[in-house]
Amino acid sequence: MSDSLVTFANVSRFYGEVLGINKVNLSIPPGITSLVGPNGSGKTTLMNLMTGLIRPTRGEIKVLGIAPDHPERLCKVVGYCAQFDAFPKGLTGYQFLYWFLRMHGMSHEECDRRTSAALERVSMTAAAGRPVAAYSKGMRQRVKLAQAIAHDPQVLVLDEPLNGLDPMARAETIALFREWGQNGRHVIVSSHILHEVDQISDQVILLSQGYVVAEGAIQGVRDEVKEQPMQILVRCNDPGGLAARLFLQDHMVEAKISRDRKGLLLRTLDADRFYLLLNQVILDSGLEVESIAPADDDVNSVYQYLIGGEGGTL
Amino acid sequence: MTRLGNSPLWLRQIAAVLRLEMKKTFFSKRGWWIYCLAAGPVAITLLHWLFELRGRVGSNHRLGDDSIAFAALFQFFYLRATIFFGCMGIFSNLFRGEMLEKTLHYYYLVPMRRELLAIGKYLAGLLVALVLFVGSTAAAFLTIGRHFGPAWSDYLYHGPGLSQLGSYMLVAALASIGYGAVFLLCGLFFRNPMIPAAVVFVWENLNPFLPSLLKKISVIFYLRSLCPVEVPVPPPFSVMVIDADPTPAWIAVFGLLAVSLILLAYTAISARQTEINYGE
Repeated sequence: MSDSLVTFANVSRFYGEVLGINKVNLSIPPGITSLVGPNGSGKTTLMNLMTGLIRPTRGEIKVLGIAPDHPERLCKVVGYCAQFDAFPKGLTGYQFLYWFLRMHGMSHEECDRRTSAALERVSMTAAAGRPVAAYSKGMRQRVKLAQAIAHDPQVLVLDEPLNGLDPMARAETIALFREWGQNGRHVIVSSHILHEVDQISDQVILLSQGYVVAEGAIQGVRDEVKEQPMQILVRCNDPGGLAARLFLQDHMVEAKISRDRKGLLLRTLDADRFYLLLNQVILDSGLEVESIAPADDDVNSVYQYLIGGEGGTL
Repeated sequence: MTRLGNSPLWLRQIAAVLRLEMKKTFFSKRGWWIYCLAAGPVAITLLHWLFELRGRVGSNHRLGDDSIAFAALFQFFYLRATIFFGCMGIFSNLFRGEMLEKTLHYYYLVPMRRELLAIGKYLAGLLVALVLFVGSTAAAFLTIGRHFGPAWSDYLYHGPGLSQLGSYMLVAALASIGYGAVFLLCGLFFRNPMIPAAVVFVWENLNPFLPSLLKKISVIFYLRSLCPVEVPVPPPFSVMVIDADPTPAWIAVFGLLAVSLILLAYTAISARQTEINYGE
C-alpha cells in the first residue's frame, strides 16, 4: 500500500535555527493534492524534501516506497517543476529537454521522441528551436513543465506551476493536471490562487509556519472545522418564513435574506440538524426549494478559518 | 550518437553530462578571460618571434637562452598564472556556477548517481583545460625559437626539443588534472571559491622558500621536478630558496594522479550529500 503513497513520517527540517517544517506526518495518495499556505509556510521545503533536493533534519520520507537519498531510483518516478526561473545558458527549448533526457541514459531516438511529445503537450512545438533565454515568462513556465513530464513520471511535483501563464495556458495546464491525476498518478501542486486550487484538487494540505494545519478532501477538512459555523445558501420561495422557523433552533447562528428576497444565507453550528429541519419545513409548509449549497466548503474559506488572512490570492 | 548505445548506463550518463557541459561552456562568452590567459603566452612568443625576425642582424642571444626563457615562461606564467587561474575559472564554476545561476537542481533531478555527475563535469572541465593549456603550451614552445630557422628545426627533431615539448605538455596536462581536482572540490564546498583559491595560490608561490618537508605538500613542487629545464633563481631571491631532494619522475606523476583521484573521489562522494540551497 505504502508503495503507492508519498509518505512523511515525523519529518522536520531546519535551516540552521530557522524552521522549515516541523513534525510533519503525511500520506499522500494518488490524485491531485494541493499544498496551500502563506509564504514561508513550508510548501517549497516539503516539495524539495520529497524530490531529494534537500534532506530532512529528522524523520523519514518515502516516495512510492523509495527514499529520496537514492536519486538514481527516485528521479525515475518523480518530475519536479521547481519555482526557480532559471535555465542552463545557451540552450534552446528542445535542447534543454533533450540533453537532460540523455542524462537518463536514453537513446537519441527515445530522447527525440519524448522531447517532441512533451513540448507538444505544453504547446511549445513552434518555439522549440528558439533559445530559452528569449522566451516569455509563460513560455519558460511551460518549458519547465515539459521538462518535468518528459520522462513520464508517476509523481509530478509542481511549485506554483500556473505563475505567469495566460488564461488559455492555465486552462490547458489544469487539464493536463486533471488528466494525470485521473490516470492514477500523483500530482502535487502548490499554488497561491485558491479558486484554482479549489477547482482541481482531490485533496489539500494546509500549511502554516511549518506545520500541517489540515489535510484531506476539502469537504472533509471543512467538516473538521467545528468551531466555525457552516454557511449554507438556500434558494426558495419563502426565505423569510424559513428564517423564522430556523431561529427557533439553538444551532443557528445567523441568517441573511438576499436582496432579491429569494435566497437565505445561513450559518449553523450543526449542518446535519439543519438539513433534517429543512426537510421538516418543506413537508410542513410546502416550501419550494430551488437549490441548497454549502457556501464555505472551499479552500478559500477553510484557509481563512484555519490560517487567517486574505482569501482569493494569497 | 549510436556508438555509446550499447554501453553501460553509467558510461552513457557520464557521456551525456560531458557533452552537455561542452555545449554549454566551451567557447562561451563568460570564459573569455580564460581564453585570453591561454592565448597570452602564445602572443608573447609570437611577438618575440616577430621582433627577432625584424632585428635578426643585431640579435645576439642563443637558442639555449630561448630554451631557458621558455622554461621561465612555463614555470612562472603557465603554471602559476595561466593554468592555475584558468583551472580555477573552469573547475570551480562547474558546481558553483550552477548554484549561482540556480540551475544545479536540473542535474540533481536526473536519475543518475551524483558521483557520476561530478565525474562527468570534471571530465568536461578537464577536456577544455587540456585543449586550452596543453595546446597553448605546445604552440608557445614551437613559436619561441622559430626565428632560428634550420637550427630550431634541428633542435626540435635531432636535439632535445621534442622531448622537452613532450615534458612541458605532460606537466601542463598534470597541472590541469591536479588543479582541476582541487578547484572542483573548492567549487562544491565554498560559496566563494576565491578565498580557498587565494590560500592555495599563496601556498604554491611560497613553495621555493618553504622547508623541504612542507614543499612536498603542494602541486607545484612535483610539477617543477618534471620540468625539463631548470630556471636559475636570480639574487637576492636565490639566497632564500631552500633546496629539496628532487622527486623521481614516476613518483611525481603517479603521486599527482593519485592525489587528484583522491580529491575527485571525495568531491564525487560529497556531491551526493550536497543539497540545493540557492541562498533564498
